Amino acid sequence: MNSLLKNTSRFVLFLAIQIIILNEIPPLHQFITPYLYFIFLLWMPFGTKRITLTLLGFVTGYTLDLFTNTPGLHAAACSAVGYFRPTILNLLLAQETSEDLNREPRISSMGWAPYAFYIFSLSFLHHFYLVLLEWLQFGSFGYFLGKVIATTFMSILLIFIVELAMNRRKIIR
Amino acid sequence: MKNILGFIKQNFTLLTFLILQIVSIAMLSSYNKTYETFFGGWSNQVTGNIKKKYNGFSYYFNLKNTNAQLLAENVALRNQLAQNFVPIDTSKKLGTLVLRKDSLEIIRKFFYYPAKVVGNTFTLQKNYIIIERGRLQGVKKDMAAISPEGSIVGVVVEVNDNYSKIMSLLHRNSKVSAMLKRDRMAGSIEWDGADPSILVLKNISKSASPKIGDSVLTSPYSSNYPAQLMIGKVTSVIKDPSSNYLTLNVKSTSNFYNLEYIYLVENRRMPDQKNIEKTDLKNE
Repeated sequence: MNSLLKNTSRFVLFLAIQIIILNEIPPLHQFITPYLYFIFLLWMPFGTKRITLTLLGFVTGYTLDLFTNTPGLHAAACSAVGYFRPTILNLLLAQETSEDLNREPRISSMGWAPYAFYIFSLSFLHHFYLVLLEWLQFGSFGYFLGKVIATTFMSILLIFIVELAMNRRKIIR
Repeated sequence: MKNILGFIKQNFTLLTFLILQIVSIAMLSSYNKTYETFFGGWSNQVTGNIKKKYNGFSYYFNLKNTNAQLLAENVALRNQLAQNFVPIDTSKKLGTLVLRKDSLEIIRKFFYYPAKVVGNTFTLQKNYIIIERGRLQGVKKDMAAISPEGSIVGVVVEVNDNYSKIMSLLHRNSKVSAMLKRDRMAGSIEWDGADPSILVLKNISKSASPKIGDSVLTSPYSSNYPAQLMIGKVTSVIKDPSSNYLTLNVKSTSNFYNLEYIYLVENRRMPDQKNIEKTDLKNE
């Protein structure tokens, strides 16, 4: 499928899932907020330029912000994810892989362990920054720490579920 | 000059990133003032429309609840109909009362408008309710919102032509003046972000003796809400030995999970009240 078409439909799909489903679920606990929408940035092709990712991150975050009435909150966190993504990828992969425009960071292309590290570090960055900005407005240190940890693990869980659901045949032979 | 241009060219990505960060944080910190005037208008119109479409879908599944709510309310209103009451017997004269003014004449202070909810969150830390009724239909900022059950829901914070945004009670910055029905002690209702059905009543004097199950009502000090509207019932009392005040957990009467219709209350004397609250007495 055309890369542009694929990524645009992903953008719409994951934001719709976030807004229509995940934001409507009554929370299990104050600390657990399910976040999945930034998987769109994580799945952009390897060679995408840092500046493109940063700007796309801002747009993605800002679109969600319009629906949650928190202008700037998700935009800040998402542009940080976009900016630091190439740094993490360069740490994990050989240069020719990390500049390949035709492949995407997935379990099938990176392997379990590097992919898990990649997901973990960027989700942690996203939630750390997001909850830090929230903490500056209200809340306590306990709120900050608990929410970062719980929300990060919730996101990792969701991302792996999506990964398994979308690539069932490729992973489980 | 050449060096500066070279520096910008070399660090273009980093600079873009930093600028975006500054823009987002500036938007976040000045939300109430700047954002509203510059972006609030058009973005609310767009998200309002999308939320309305989505609401048309989820509304269908809630029809049963809405019906029950409206039915209960109809019964309550029917009970207040004029034909239910008999006029006082005036055929017998008790005496002559000289009144300069007709004591039956009353002045309307609160006015109610219905509004349909098209967007509602309760899972975030800052929750808002979007309604389809705006400036053109008479909504003003700071009007109070009441659920069909007659308990309070929030305050209007933003208005455009056809939609308005209500700061729900489930918002970390929401603060409403409230009192205990038992001994009329005033405090303030806030939310701690934990459970959407539990609110926190703070700053109740320790001389009050609240019991579990006591009603919490809006206080007469509030300028938005009519006094004595139901807020909720006390579920537990937290005694903090280090402070002079009690903190109470209150189960809210309004059901924030399935709001379909709300009522907006306009206090026609609010501008006057706000004015006098604002004046500081300089020559005291």
